[in-house]
Amino acid sequence: MSKEIFEIRFHGRGGQGAKTAAALLAEAAIEQGKYVQSFPEYGAERQGAPVKAFTRISEKPIYLHSGVTNPNVVVVVDQTLLKSIPVTEGLDETGLLIVNTNDTAESVKNMVGFNGKIIIIDATKIALEELGRAITNTAMLGAVEKATNIVDFEALKSHMLKHFEYHLGKDLAEKNVNAFERAYNEVKV
Amino acid sequence: MTGAECTAEAMKQINPDVVAAYPITPQTNIMHSFSQFVADGIVDTDLVTVESEHSAMSACVGASASGARAMTATSANGLALMWEIVYIAASTRLPIVMNVVNRALSAPINIHCDHSDSMGCRDTGWIQIYSENGEEAYENTIMGVRIGEHKDVLLPVMVCQDGFITSHSVETVELLNDEIVKSFVGEHTGHYPLLDVDKPVTYGPLDLFDYYFEHKRQQVLAMENAKRVIREIFDEFGQITGKHYDFFEGYKLEDAEKVIVCANSSAGTIRVVVDELREKGEKVGLLKMRVFRPWLNDMIVEKLGKIKAVAVLDRSDSFGAFGGPLFSEIRSSFHEVKEKPNIIDYIYGLGGRELDIIQIKKVFNELEQVKNGNVGDRVRYLGVRE
Repeated sequence: MSKEIFEIRFHGRGGQGAKTAAALLAEAAIEQGKYVQSFPEYGAERQGAPVKAFTRISEKPIYLHSGVTNPNVVVVVDQTLLKSIPVTEGLDETGLLIVNTNDTAESVKNMVGFNGKIIIIDATKIALEELGRAITNTAMLGAVEKATNIVDFEALKSHMLKHFEYHLGKDLAEKNVNAFERAYNEVKV
Repeated sequence: MTGAECTAEAMKQINPDVVAAYPITPQTNIMHSFSQFVADGIVDTDLVTVESEHSAMSACVGASASGARAMTATSANGLALMWEIVYIAASTRLPIVMNVVNRALSAPINIHCDHSDSMGCRDTGWIQIYSENGEEAYENTIMGVRIGEHKDVLLPVMVCQDGFITSHSVETVELLNDEIVKSFVGEHTGHYPLLDVDKPVTYGPLDLFDYYFEHKRQQVLAMENAKRVIREIFDEFGQITGKHYDFFEGYKLEDAEKVIVCANSSAGTIRVVVDELREKGEKVGLLKMRVFRPWLNDMIVEKLGKIKAVAVLDRSDSFGAFGGPLFSEIRSSFHEVKEKPNIIDYIYGLGGRELDIIQIKKVFNELEQVKNGNVGDRVRYLGVRE
């Protein structure tokens, strides 16, 4: 029923931008006339604590206001979560797991016991080289975009640029877009 | 945009004279966004940041009495701290509009959604309007200004939305353009403003056994008038937007046998379940409450009178009472009515406990028994470990 709605769950740690990634994807989809939802799951999180954020995208209005339990895609922004959080919960084998790791897909598979498709990207390396900081959300969005093509590439890129220009200034905005594009080009899907 | 941003957008377009707010937790992004509008000079509102919610409402009372259009926003324990002045605002007949992001009250400390905060204010004399999503919170805020300020009403209006589920969730929303909102809300001149020095008036004087009772009686009449005025404003808004709102809004009620009644964001999730069960041929429906105060007795009877089994979903409890506030109200509405549904209550979602599709299906499933006359426990708890 809810599969008319495309659902993504992001796992990250507070401060890595998982919530922003989920929102950026949704906002870019809005600009393409889609119906969306994006929301974080808050505890009393502080920097470094595990957080979840969700995006729903649909051609039709979304009335559902319950959490995402069976996502199409799970994105793990921080590889240290693989050991401590059941990241594949509710993800069936037709689903997609996208992980920020410097390890192999095989090793991720063994660690989480997921038999569906796993896509790996070393987003931390990209973020460190492009931004100088290990904030990996935009690089992860590059991998998500390549793997799912869920919103128009240019729309996502221009929305991202606009968002970060407003919040972080032109320089960091461009660096974030570079990280996004580089991950998009480097990820093997 | 998020529900909080939608609300801030409504406030921006309304451009109130005064907004007073406590700027720290449990304040939400409503004030975060609105204060940005003030800082950027997009609105010319006098934003008064105060040291507590008690002071926030006090400042709104002062501003409104002096003839200004005053607004504020709060949540949970912030509203609880305001309570004394919340009551005074209504009793002084000041049309303040306050957005409440519904969140649980401490203790234990919790930041997530339930309706304990606004339901705790149900007898303060405020008009209460509930919103399913950010777009409705936006619209209800705009309409709320007109409703409260109407000369036959002159009461404050509380516009509620679900904490986090709505306030922090980015959704697709349709907004009106600035000019439409500006002309819809119009200018506010104030009624008997304190600052009109040529016609001096007194607000909030001592009022003992001589006239206090009459003033309370007038408040009751104002609420009575609000029933008519709210409908007029809904109609006027509907002519502009094409969206026709009501005190209670039915979904697939016509031939329904089993119906859930609820407020705020849960209505959306229940609608999805209604659609799914309808496809399987089950005669199920939904009644969403938009306006809780004033309460429209006759309309509840009209909407639910022919239904066989009704489950009310209360996202707050009334300790020691027989069921939650919404249930008590609905059950009481049917007291003198001969033909009525079997009505049960579910307390759910306290402290942000998720209401999922499985739970909603469970409710419809249990209503099957109720429909057949096997009512069982009238008051039940949904999604709690016991």
